[in-house]
Amino acid sequence: MQKNSVAVVGAAETTKMGKIPDVSVIGLHADAALNAMADAGLTPADIDGVATAGISPVELAHYLGIKPTYADGTSVGGCSFMLHVRHAAAAIAAGHAKTILITHGESGRSRVGAGGFGRAPSSLMGQFEMPFGPVGPPTMFTVPVLRYMKTYGVTEEDLATVAVIQREWAAKNPRASFKDPISVDHVLNSPMIAWPFRMLMCCLVTDGGGALILTSADRAKDFPNKPVYVLGTGESVETPMVSQMYDFTSSTAFKISGAKAFEDAGIKHSDVDHLMIYDAFAHLPLYGLEDLGFVKPGEAKDFIRERNTAIGGKLPLNTNGGGLSYMHSGMYGMYALQESVRQMRGTAAAQIEGAKISVAHGVGGMFASSGTVIFTNEK
Amino acid sequence: MARILPEPTPETQHFWDGASRGELLLQRNKATGEAYFPPRPFCPKTGSRDVEVFKASGKAVLWSYVINHRPRPDMGTEPYAIAVVKLEEGPTMMTNIVGCPQTPEALVLDMPLEVVFEKFSDTISLPFFQPAKS
Repeated sequence: MQKNSVAVVGAAETTKMGKIPDVSVIGLHADAALNAMADAGLTPADIDGVATAGISPVELAHYLGIKPTYADGTSVGGCSFMLHVRHAAAAIAAGHAKTILITHGESGRSRVGAGGFGRAPSSLMGQFEMPFGPVGPPTMFTVPVLRYMKTYGVTEEDLATVAVIQREWAAKNPRASFKDPISVDHVLNSPMIAWPFRMLMCCLVTDGGGALILTSADRAKDFPNKPVYVLGTGESVETPMVSQMYDFTSSTAFKISGAKAFEDAGIKHSDVDHLMIYDAFAHLPLYGLEDLGFVKPGEAKDFIRERNTAIGGKLPLNTNGGGLSYMHSGMYGMYALQESVRQMRGTAAAQIEGAKISVAHGVGGMFASSGTVIFTNEK
Repeated sequence: MARILPEPTPETQHFWDGASRGELLLQRNKATGEAYFPPRPFCPKTGSRDVEVFKASGKAVLWSYVINHRPRPDMGTEPYAIAVVKLEEGPTMMTNIVGCPQTPEALVLDMPLEVVFEKFSDTISLPFFQPAKS
């Protein structure tokens, strides 16, 4: 993809966030979409491309009255929206569509109009993982971590520190679900979920949504908000079964996706001013920092403990509070993208002064997939 | 509540038939000898369909795990480990560890394990692992 040929011109989250028992899943998509259109000064008639996950792009398009020339239903978990941005950039460059809407909406907490969980017992996961007692992500996403901890001498305190520092960021964000300060002791004394993971090392479960609108860079200046350009992108998929990861101490999908995005963007790690790493659980920022190449394998725990990712640090990370403290409806990647866009627009609650390059890195499933988008506000 | 059990497909039937007989069956590439799991009728490294089923040693080491403190209804009421073992032949597989307390002190990474089978129905026995006796 040509650098900076496509820009985000509309970005918004749902009007409310957290507990929204009066809005269904499709309603959350629509609320976010209408907010993003208002942000860009557009109506559904101006949109000619749609992308979403969780629901079908068919449902989305018809609900909003959009008759698109482009539809992307890529659904690989919570990072699907990073892939949607990547595919939209390519589609706009190819002329498949001019103005593409990407939406997310999920009634993760209230479960209004939401489908059920579950895997077919004849799927590979149904045959070779579910019989052994996993209960969703807290008992699956976490399974490789003891091997990572043994390999690199990572402690439960190190996991807790990730949650503590993200709560410090959340305290600056009026929309964050949890804002009260916590200590390592608080985290290590919170209820046990799946040893070594305690409740405060696990993401929230909330309702919400978000939407993005992308168009070509040459049109972007005509929109009301500061354009946020797509500088580089990456994606990969690894395994539907966490027990079959290629390496329990590293995400192969992260490495492939991140390397491609940095190669596309033509930037060095030291050029990055702001970073989002999808944190469904406290180990994700550790894996992410290492697999994206910001630090060497095993170094992320010290990098975080030394406050490099905290307020005032050299690599501000998860500045909205992250999935651990801001919100997590189930497919959090959209909120990581939204925070990157806010940082590039200069409108974030915890704004990083002078930030010019932001990386939003997502994970899908339980280390199943990955997507990376590098944004800039300079063309 | 009855245990959640697998539904075999044509590509995996041999594995579950083997488990019912008390045998842990893997597959390997006949040319390279490399073993793989879960079952599929080709080698995931090379794409070769020239593969065979063989009986694994049943020996493994404890590779990683969590101890689930919010038991699934079919799994009883006590915390239990959801484990991944690394088989002697190379592949990893998810399982439960039996014959051993479900505690961090008792479940030490890299401890040697051996397969045992527990029958849940006429067609399904699940492969579990216990601390190696030898």
